[in-house]
Amino acid sequence: MAGDEVTLETLNRALPGVKPVSARRQFVNLGDRLFYIVAKSLALLVIVLALLLVADLCRGASEAIRQFGLKFLVGTTWDPVTHQFSTLPTVIGTLVKGFIALLLAVPVSIGSAIFLTFYTPRWLRPVISYPIELLAGIPSIIFGMWALFAMVPVIRVIQIWLKAHFGWFFLFDGPAVYGVGVLSGSIILFIMITPIITAISKEILLTVPRAQIEGMLALGSTQWEAIWKVALPFSRIGLFGAVILGLGRAVGETMAVTMVGGNSFAMIHSLFDPVHSMASQIASEFSEATYSLYVSSLIYAGLVLFGITILISLMAQFLIWRISKGKLALLD
Amino acid sequence: MNRHFRFRKFVEWANWVGMLCCMSVSIFFLVAILGYVLVHGASYIDWEFLTAMPVPAGETGGGIANALVGSFLVVMVASLMALPIGIGAAIFINEFPSHGFGRTVRFLAEVLTGVPSIVVGLFAYALVVVPSGGFSAFSGSVAYAFIMVPIILITAQEALRLVPDSLREASLALGIPKWRTIMGVVLPVSSRALITGAVLAISRALGEAAPMLFTAFGNSFWNVNLTKPIATVPLLIYTYATGPYDDWHQKAWAASFVLLVVVLLTSVLTRAFLRGNSDE
Repeated sequence: MAGDEVTLETLNRALPGVKPVSARRQFVNLGDRLFYIVAKSLALLVIVLALLLVADLCRGASEAIRQFGLKFLVGTTWDPVTHQFSTLPTVIGTLVKGFIALLLAVPVSIGSAIFLTFYTPRWLRPVISYPIELLAGIPSIIFGMWALFAMVPVIRVIQIWLKAHFGWFFLFDGPAVYGVGVLSGSIILFIMITPIITAISKEILLTVPRAQIEGMLALGSTQWEAIWKVALPFSRIGLFGAVILGLGRAVGETMAVTMVGGNSFAMIHSLFDPVHSMASQIASEFSEATYSLYVSSLIYAGLVLFGITILISLMAQFLIWRISKGKLALLD
Repeated sequence: MNRHFRFRKFVEWANWVGMLCCMSVSIFFLVAILGYVLVHGASYIDWEFLTAMPVPAGETGGGIANALVGSFLVVMVASLMALPIGIGAAIFINEFPSHGFGRTVRFLAEVLTGVPSIVVGLFAYALVVVPSGGFSAFSGSVAYAFIMVPIILITAQEALRLVPDSLREASLALGIPKWRTIMGVVLPVSSRALITGAVLAISRALGEAAPMLFTAFGNSFWNVNLTKPIATVPLLIYTYATGPYDDWHQKAWAASFVLLVVVLLTSVLTRAFLRGNSDE
């Protein structure tokens, strides 16, 4: 804090008769020095942990990296019997599920955030936003449980109906009987990321200067016109960041997708295909991995997943940080 | 009233309805999920479920005592590791200004909150399980700690930032060394927010199943030994929910109910705690 930084100097200046403490010797007290060292090493430890994460994943994946190299990213076979591993279909499966989830979540969550910020009386806001934040705190395993037993049967009925009536459309031309699959996975992801995007969007919309909105209203615009022409343009970068953050959560989400995503290694052809995500493949196959190359390949897949989420996360942090000037702490 | 004005009023109204629907969708899912878990879980909960050991599939009765104790143990050990690191690093970032270094740590922490929990599990697997030669409760704690550190760090720094500088200066002006000032003034003043952050991190870790798959691994017997595999509640839910038996599904619902109550209770209590210093 700035106040601490100037303390010694201001003391020296305020008491000119006292022998000045040199700027080099910041700590006159042994306890201070020890405390500084301990705190600094703990902060260093955080950096070490981050580096260790990357190093460890690389070490675990090294065998597969040596064996397959970058071809791992573009190949389409995952065959433990012939020791052939590559991960393109799961990457695509992960991203497709994530994007479908976003497609559903963006209008719902930004709509909710706008409603909360501009159409809800101040006293009512916490009453509505609190349950949504609660939804964000529910463990993903419970979402998965609910999806598997409550949602999938409903989805199965919808799928059968869609296939019967719109089966000619390539997206609906798949095995409709499972219930689990891309559609179920995407919908549970949508349910899971909506509260996250809503909460962050709400915070970002609250940073819009009230005077600008009121100026617009004073000129005779409707509430919606003020939102559309002032609030949204003002906060679009931050909102985009919130959406990207939601995508990151969707891509990294494991348990719920493992339970309803339909775990088979295949290219996506239709919405009903049961297709692995990267996370679900790691989660479901790790215990079956019997030889080291198999394990190493799964860790390699984890490394790729890590890379994708880090890219997404960096982008989101950057965008949100730009709009909030570092004032907004990001936790779900 | 001209047509244009009426059109604008209509747009306003249509958007209002649309956004109200968006809200209702979110609320609907919350009610659906909570209601479903409540209805299916609550009826199965009794004293035996909470205190008995699991029984082999097919037999009735039995409980999840080992998983409850396991979750508690693993998260407690994780907290013992994560709290000093997170709060210590936050103290360093906030109380000892440095060029860039503090900001780098803070930035890294924010990035680390986005790391998928399954990747954290792989990390703990490569870091602890492989060298030590087997799954263990301790490796699960390492994974949980890794998830908790960035959350604790960020919330702790936000808490310390809210402490007024005048308090620090008053203490320093009395000749109290800086470390005593931090321990005796800054931390106590911000303790409420610090505890809130810690509770948030703990409740987040309590619900994570993915990292336990290849670290704590699960165990159907009683175990409090940190070097052996141990059962945890989220992983038990996963095993039971994806298993073939109806009785297992029932138990998974009941365990979900227990987990949900713990997580939501901490969230609600934390919220009540925080109410003093938030604007809404």
